[in-house]
This record gives sequence, C-alpha cells and structure tokens, in this order.
Amino acid sequence: MIKVENVKKRFGQEEILKGITTTFERGKTNLIIGQSGSGKSVMLKCLLGLFQPEEGRIYYEEQAIQDMNDDQQRELRENIGMLFQGGALFDSMTIEENVMFPLRMFTKQSKEEMLTRVNDVLARVNLQNENKKYPAEISGGMQKRVSIARAIVNRPKFLFCDEPNSGLDPKTATVIDNLIQEITHEFNITTVVVTHDMNSVMEIGEQINFLKNGLLVWKGTNDEIFRTDNKDVTDFVYSSDLFKKIREVQLGI
Amino acid sequence: MKYIRDIGSYFLMLKKVFGGFTKGSVLRELIFKEIDDLVISSLGIVAFISFFVGGVITIQTALNLTNPLIPKSLIAFATRQSIILEFAPTFMSIIMAGKVGSFITSSIGSMRVTEQIDALEVMGINPLNYLVFPKIVAMMFYPLVIALAMFLGIVGGYVAGVYGGFTNSTDFGIGLRDTFEPFHLIYAFLKTFVFAFIIATVPSWQGYYMKGGALEVGKASTNSFVWTSVLIILANYIITQLLLS
Ligand SMILES: Nc1ncnc2c1ncn2[C@@H]1O[C@H](COP(=O)(O)OP(=O)(O)OP(=O)(O)O)[C@@H](O)[C@H]1O
Ligand SMILES: [Mg+2]
Repeated sequence: MIKVENVKKRFGQEEILKGITTTFERGKTNLIIGQSGSGKSVMLKCLLGLFQPEEGRIYYEEQAIQDMNDDQQRELRENIGMLFQGGALFDSMTIEENVMFPLRMFTKQSKEEMLTRVNDVLARVNLQNENKKYPAEISGGMQKRVSIARAIVNRPKFLFCDEPNSGLDPKTATVIDNLIQEITHEFNITTVVVTHDMNSVMEIGEQINFLKNGLLVWKGTNDEIFRTDNKDVTDFVYSSDLFKKIREVQLGI
Repeated sequence: MKYIRDIGSYFLMLKKVFGGFTKGSVLRELIFKEIDDLVISSLGIVAFISFFVGGVITIQTALNLTNPLIPKSLIAFATRQSIILEFAPTFMSIIMAGKVGSFITSSIGSMRVTEQIDALEVMGINPLNYLVFPKIVAMMFYPLVIALAMFLGIVGGYVAGVYGGFTNSTDFGIGLRDTFEPFHLIYAFLKTFVFAFIIATVPSWQGYYMKGGALEVGKASTNSFVWTSVLIILANYIITQLLLS
C-alpha cells in the first residue's frame, strides 16, 4: 500500500501538483488518469522519489520516504519495479542480461538460479526463444514485455507503469494490460499505472484516480466511472466518439 | 554565466561519480568492457596514424636540414623530440577526443533520451558511478596507447628516413640516443594521464546532462569534441608552462 498525503510539487512559479491525497491499494491495479499535462508523470516521479515534493508525505506501507535514510531508500528501490513508457531496456545487453540485471545487482544467487528465474519470467510474458537477442532486434510490443519481465523478476512489492500501452496495437495493449493485472493479483503487489487509454481504464481500472490541473478530482472504480455525473470525468471519458455514441445509445438519445 | 554553471555541474558530477559505488563484481565487468571499447579498440587507428605521421615528421625534418654542417643524426633527434613531447601525447589525444569522446557522449546521451538512466536510478543504482567510473578507470590504461604511438612513430620515422634515403641507420641510432632527457618522458606521460581523465569525463558529462532526442545526441557529440579538445589544448599549455619552463 502507498499512502499519499497532501503532496504539492512546483516547478518555478508553477504549481503542478496542488495537494494530492490518495491511497494506492495492495493487490489492486491503481490507475492515475487525466488529460495530457495534468501532472500524472510528475505524480509518478514523486512516488518514485525522482522528484522531491515541496510539501506532503508519501508512505510506503508504514514509512514515509521523507524519513528514510539512504540505505532504507536503496532497500525500498530494490522492491520497486518500473515499466517505462519506452521500455528503457539497456541496449548494450541481450534480453536475458536485461532481465537478469536486477538479480545480479541485488541478490547473491548463483548464475543457474538467476537463469532459471529469468526464464520463468520470460515465459510469463510469453517470450521463450529470444534470450540472446538485443532489444533493437525485437518489436516494440516485445520490448514492453521484456521490460515487464525485468520489472517483476526480483519480485517487487510495488510496480509502476507509465503508459504501458502507448504506441501498441489494441490487441497487444490488452495483452500487456492483462499481464499487469494478473501479476498484481498473483503476487499481491501494489501497482500504479499512469494511462490515458480508456480501454485500460475499462480492463484493469480497479481503483482510478482522476487528475485535473494538479488536483485529484475524482476517485472510483471502472464500474463507477461510467456512471458518475462528475462533469470533469464525463468530459474526459466521453471525449472519444466511440464512447460518446455508446453513451447516447445507453441514455436513449 | 552559463560557463560558470557548466563548470559547477561538471565538478558536481565528478563528486557523484566517486560515491554510491556499484556492486564490485558488476563494476569489474564494466571496467573490462570499457577497456575493450575505449582502449583496445583504439589501437589500430593509433598504430596506423603514428607510423605514417612519424615517417612524415622525419622526411620533413630531413628536407629542412640541408646545411652540410648540421650532422645527419639531428634528423632522428628532432623526430624523437617532436613525437615524444607533442605528437604522441597531445595530437593523438585530440584524435582520441574525436573517436573515444564522441563514442562516450553518444552512448551515454542515447541512454539518457531513452530513459535507461532513469531506469538505473529507479533501481537504486547511482548511474554516474555505474557509467562514468569504469570509463575513468579504463582510460588510466590510455598511456599505454600513447606509449605505442611513441614507439611506432619512431619506427615509422626510421623506416621513412632510412629506406627513403634521407639518413642511415647508424646516424638514426645516434640521433635517437642523443641528449636523452628522462624527464621529458615523465612530462609526456603526466600530461597523458590528465588528457585521459579529460577524455573520460568531459564527454560523459556532455552526454549525461543532455536533453532532447536523437538529434540532440548528435549535437551533444559535436559539442563534446569541441569542449574536450579545447580543454586538452589548454591543459597542455598549462602543464608545459609548469613543468618545462
Ligand atoms: N522537469 C520538469 N520541469 C518543469 N516542468 C515540468 C517538468 N516535468 C513536468 N513539468 C510540467 O508539469 C506539467 C505536468 O506534466 P506531466 O508530465 O506530469 O503531464 P502528464 O499528465 O504526464 O501528461 P502526458 O499525458 O502528456 O504525459 C506540465 O505542464 C509540464 O510542463
Ligand atoms: Mg506523462
């Protein structure tokens, strides 16, 4: 579980996050959605400790990151898996070496143990025979899957994903979404997904945080998001023609 | 103003490079890889350039020493001095600033734009130590490259001088040993170490703090070459002033 209390972040004069309070629950896929520029990525970077908020506190389980010393922060980081928007695979390493990297860095396992673990997670993301290839030699969707494998190989307690399915075709996007949700349930981890993809919202939106101009304006589940009367949310949800059409049919107009 | 900030950020980077160390076994592997990428892979071009430039230096010197009162051994003497004092350490380093330096900037820069550096940071790894420290260590082997450049430069001079009919091997041998000052070698290698440090760190700094995309990586590489070579030239001047005058 991650608890966020009144987090404020400014760049120069501009306040990007204007006091966000929310909870990301364990064993669920927690979404952060909102328009471009609403502060989703900044929020994620605050959670990861890449940005320091000016005000407010962020608790991982019971401890605030602001109170952790360097060693505790490093230990926390070892328990974090992150899926970057572009994959961020190390391009000087093979797929196998990429996935093995967190194990080599943070565990004392033998080469065989590590390899078994790597092959397990690669099988989990449906990539069996690509071990020796380099990131440049596989497709974008495959890179994302390798990146998920790398993020979960060391059994993190917290998983963060920044727009996991941007740039993917709808089918692959669904595969990735489902994979993230399966992993979250299976290992009972706290997952935070930044997205503006309505399909993801429907598929895996167990807890949705809707940001607008640096404020949390709505919170709920994917069931609730299609029923709410909150103007900001409906504007966002029904900005796509498809959903607008469905809405109209639903309401009988 | 911008320059002062740049200089500040460079030294701040250096401070971070030497803290938050990466796991030893991983670091060792990285160092070997960098030695291969930065040092070993430069040997071919260094050998090629040194041999032929050494030859040209000898021929030029010989062509300019037409006065019969000047002993022929002076050809080898002059070749030796220019190769050991300037050609091998300084000019080779500027060539390496182009080859090794732009390699470093573009590899670190592309890691920056594709979020690979963020990925390291999120994992709790100090990216500067992970990326730059092994390069600095690897470049401490760079003086061996310069030693090779000195040796092959002189061999090139010998071949061009003797087989080109400008001098003979006895005169060349006498010239080579003539008033040899061991301190000159110390001076040459001392500055080589300084240049090695510049070649390892300045391009890293350029790549690490760049912003933008693939196009900017290219620009950063060009910038990196300019900065690195300017700094080498300045350092050369300062060291020479301090040690030789
Ligand atoms: N490092 C930074 N320095 C200054 N301003 C920043 C920085 N990062 C983000 N911002 C500003 O914060 C605001 C929110 O940006 P953010 O990246 O969080 O948007 P987002 O919700 O993730 O949008 P998108 O969906 O397009 O990714 C923007 O106005 C942006 O210009
Ligand atoms: Mg974003």
